[in-house]
Amino acid sequence: MILAAVPGFQGNQTALNPVGPGAAHIEFEFSLIFWITTAVYCIVLLVLVIAVARKRHSFEAMPEPLTTTPESDRIAKRSVGAAMIATVILLFIMLVGSFETSRALGSMNPENALTIDVYGHQWWWEVQYPNDEAYKTVVTANEIHLPVGVPIRIHGTSRDVIHSFWAPNVQGKRDLMPGYETEIMMQIDQPGAWRGQCAEYCGEQHAHMSFYMVAETKDQFAKWLNDQAQSSVSPSTPETARGQQVFLTHACVLCHTIRGTPAGSRVGPDLTHVASRTTIAAGELPNTVGNLGGWILNAQGIKPGCRMPPNQLSGSELQDLLAYLETLK
Amino acid sequence: MITTSVGCQTELTDAERLQAAQLDRVWQEPAGFIGWFKAVHHTTIGRRYFFTALLFFLLAGLLAGAMRLQLAFPEAHFLSNDKYNQIFTMHGSTMMFLFAVPMMFETFSVYLVPLMVGTRNIAFPRLNAYSYYLYAFGGLMFYIAFVCNTGADRGWFSYVPLAGPDYGPGKRPDFWAQLITFTEVSALAVAVETIVTVFRLRAPGMSLNRIPIFVWGQVVVAFMVIFALPGVVLSSTMLLLDRTCSTQFFNPAVGGDVLLFQHLFWWFGHPEVYLIFIPGTAIVSTIVTTFSRRHVFGYLVLVLAMVATGFMAFGLWVHHMFATGIPQIAESYFTAASMMIAIPTGAQIFCWIATMATGKVVLRTPLWWVIGFFFVFVMGGMTGIFVASVPVDLQVHDTYFVVAHFHYVLIGGAVFPLFGAITYWFPKLTGRMMSEKLGQLSFWLFFVGFNVTFFPMHLVGLRGMPRRVYTYPPNMGWTQLNQIESLGYILLFLSVCILLWNMFKSARSGAIAGPNPWNAGTLEWATTSPPPCYNFLHLPTVNGREAIWDATPNQPVVVGLDEDARSFLTTRTLDAEPDGRDEFPSPSIWPFLAAVATSLAFIGSIFTPWGITIGAIPVAITMIAWFWPKRQPAERRRAREIWQSE
Amino acid sequence: MRAAIPILVLSAALALNGCKREQRVFDPGSSGSQVANGVPLNEVHAGGPVSLSDASKYEGSAYAVGEGKRLYEAYNCVGCHAHGGGAIGPALMDSQWIYGSRPEQIYSDIVQGRPNGMPSYAGKIPDYQVWELVAYVRSMSGQLPSDVAPSRSDEMPVKKAEQAQPKEHPADENPQPVQQGRPQ
Repeated sequence: MILAAVPGFQGNQTALNPVGPGAAHIEFEFSLIFWITTAVYCIVLLVLVIAVARKRHSFEAMPEPLTTTPESDRIAKRSVGAAMIATVILLFIMLVGSFETSRALGSMNPENALTIDVYGHQWWWEVQYPNDEAYKTVVTANEIHLPVGVPIRIHGTSRDVIHSFWAPNVQGKRDLMPGYETEIMMQIDQPGAWRGQCAEYCGEQHAHMSFYMVAETKDQFAKWLNDQAQSSVSPSTPETARGQQVFLTHACVLCHTIRGTPAGSRVGPDLTHVASRTTIAAGELPNTVGNLGGWILNAQGIKPGCRMPPNQLSGSELQDLLAYLETLK
Repeated sequence: MITTSVGCQTELTDAERLQAAQLDRVWQEPAGFIGWFKAVHHTTIGRRYFFTALLFFLLAGLLAGAMRLQLAFPEAHFLSNDKYNQIFTMHGSTMMFLFAVPMMFETFSVYLVPLMVGTRNIAFPRLNAYSYYLYAFGGLMFYIAFVCNTGADRGWFSYVPLAGPDYGPGKRPDFWAQLITFTEVSALAVAVETIVTVFRLRAPGMSLNRIPIFVWGQVVVAFMVIFALPGVVLSSTMLLLDRTCSTQFFNPAVGGDVLLFQHLFWWFGHPEVYLIFIPGTAIVSTIVTTFSRRHVFGYLVLVLAMVATGFMAFGLWVHHMFATGIPQIAESYFTAASMMIAIPTGAQIFCWIATMATGKVVLRTPLWWVIGFFFVFVMGGMTGIFVASVPVDLQVHDTYFVVAHFHYVLIGGAVFPLFGAITYWFPKLTGRMMSEKLGQLSFWLFFVGFNVTFFPMHLVGLRGMPRRVYTYPPNMGWTQLNQIESLGYILLFLSVCILLWNMFKSARSGAIAGPNPWNAGTLEWATTSPPPCYNFLHLPTVNGREAIWDATPNQPVVVGLDEDARSFLTTRTLDAEPDGRDEFPSPSIWPFLAAVATSLAFIGSIFTPWGITIGAIPVAITMIAWFWPKRQPAERRRAREIWQSE
Repeated sequence: MRAAIPILVLSAALALNGCKREQRVFDPGSSGSQVANGVPLNEVHAGGPVSLSDASKYEGSAYAVGEGKRLYEAYNCVGCHAHGGGAIGPALMDSQWIYGSRPEQIYSDIVQGRPNGMPSYAGKIPDYQVWELVAYVRSMSGQLPSDVAPSRSDEMPVKKAEQAQPKEHPADENPQPVQQGRPQ
């Protein structure tokens, strides 16, 4: 693809850098349409320019209208007829290409796909890895790990308004709608972190609702999944113990879950393993201590209108809390 | 500013001068402040539509400037997220509901269609006035709400549940929903008038196969309006009911369906873009004909293409919903239909090129705009094939690629022809020619500025930038492209300023145009510029497709209609043989008052459901006064006649 | 026709009221973000004086009342008060107010807690969220104008939407002016 040479198209949120069969099939159809339509465009416009250039006259006054007969229009009739036939043929080619691509995408649906549930919230992504044994179910947020080369079924709905789950390097998008359960198949063949973003206007912070799909080896993924299923790390130092107390006695506990503590609210993202994530604020900020502290103190300054209220903590409270949260790997 | 006084009629005999004075007396528009509200002549109302729609275009353009300023820098703080959400919604809603359809369909239908078919006024003139006032009041309401921080902020299509009662607090989506009501009642009225005018009021001899392509285009659009608009009226009314009366149409928890809104909306929404585009093709056909100095090639194909497009437009709507997970057979069908609609449009493109290739091309500003249309619209049509294909659409839907696509087809397919039409028909409207030099300058600035602004959007969308985002992170690779786009806006802004200056200056001091400066073929050029308040001194008859070019040296005119009443001739639909006559109503204040009453009912219902019940009373009163039968003087005379047919 | 003028004026007034109704304050600033700590005994307060008439600012904003509705669920007021009909906690949508129906009184109820089971939210949530909850609670008995009060929720309907709730008349609706520090 020529476009791939343009800087920016090597990125981690672009449809033209496919890392899995979904986006690759789509890129094939995209190229087919691109080359045919570019050629058609150039030819049609060239014919127009030549026609105008050859036939133009620079009269001051408008000349008398020409008389035309069916005879004199014979060539025109034949040309237009030929152009119409060419149009129909080319459209059919692109149509068949589209049907083939749809079929290829539709066939990415084996029984052994790994199912991941995604729930759209204003303005973050709740991610669950369901398991037949309930205690092994993993609940996390905004970061989806998956093994390379394994088909994934993203199964989703929304908890409020319509969102759209879209990781362009991986696959097309699928809307998450309340009252509906939608599915899309994905597979990533290249390890790495591939960024996605909500693609259906969902309110005040639609612009800051992103996520990452992290593709890793099967072993790495198994380890990650196992770690995520564990309960939270108990505080082992006085600082982190104080930090846990800050968490449990302030507003945090009203919205967030940390498994292994009394905090069990489902309003906001699950924080049991918050320190294992590379970003916070739905893919918007790197997960550093500084960013986390700023987010806790005044999320409204970063994402005005988001559901997280400002929290006024004293300096030492904040430090203790951050120390505790940093242990939640 | 622009008067409808009788222009100098050259070479009139004394008898004709008397006749003109008599017609002037009968048809003149009422004067004075109150008189302004009583006007019922189609050129007067058409002018008002034009300037109002142009005003909304400029307002929406300024909103776009604010958006481009905010998006020029990552994480910019020029506009808060709340303000940006209001602004992009206002921009889209204004362009689609208050500019595009009112300008491309209503303005052109109301002003030009009666002139082109050779009659003295549009059918149902008072309804025409009513429709204008309703449109103006709706737009006024929408912008007053915006000024009061109640501008709609849920996108121009206002999906539920985001616009619904739970997630859209306050009254913003309600004003959006009522804007729909205002503008759609207005459009429906004009659609009915257009169809009746074209089917029953044509000049004798203008059989169906001699109707100008422009008029065919407006008829097709009028029929589309009648079938498409109920979808959006339903969805916006259901939204309003959900929000004010606790109905459950879109509440998934009790069996309502959020996709119902999308289906109803897009059932309208897709034909809507063809409501905007088909008049553009109608204008292109007209300008290509005049500036190629020959009958257009492929009249039948062009007309059938517009009709086919009109029908097929109703079978495509789900392509706006490809990402919702529809069954594969539906995907296939709507992809096929969306691609196939390119066939009639392609036919039109080829016929126009054939016309120019076999004619004598005179390159003036109107034709430059048409050439710009080809470059821009065809590009938009090509990207339309991308989005018609489901797999590709799943990548580019709701990204800037789609924003680029629809601006290419809408600006290319409507605004370029519109600016060409303004240049082309300005002489008819004002009696003066626009400046050719300024016209070329504004064309090139617009063409370059448009491409600089909108072409990079294809790229930035493919690089992952979604739509409707008030800002974006700094290291996504989107910053430079956004800055280029924002710079392009400056060129567009300058170009429109020059166009406006050209219009303003030319209206005062442009070269005098005369009745037919372009030596064109359609009937509006067979009268003075601007047309007198009775349109034609002698109602014409028609001998061919281009009425003026195909007229015989002794082309007969219509005689025998009452000249001391607002008489008009009705003709048969197929072959335009005369079959009756009737009388247009005189100027009346009741359409204005009825529009005020209707507006109050609509606006009141935003705040309380009782608004409709109580508001219905003044509406009923004004409408009763409007329709109160008056015996026309001519009726009595005609009752004594004996009608003879061959 | 004559009626058109007052209706026009009313509509204009309603529209102009939009400036207040549609106000969306996302970042309440340092004083609003102060953790709620009970009715201040004086007006000296870090971040600037706190006005007890903050209530009207929140009660006039549809967004704030909508936020209050969201918080009512998020902070589990529903658990004891249901959706206003009351369960183990008293009903909030009627005209009976044990501790008074005025916004400041409801604010104190939430922040201080009350006997027989109302927990205290002091030190837990920011001030502005308490005011949002207060505004929502008052809307449940129809005290707020219908263009500001929330309309139906996207859940199973269990009661009329707050905007359709007929206005209840609590006993202390027209109170005598209160002097701070003195018992009524």
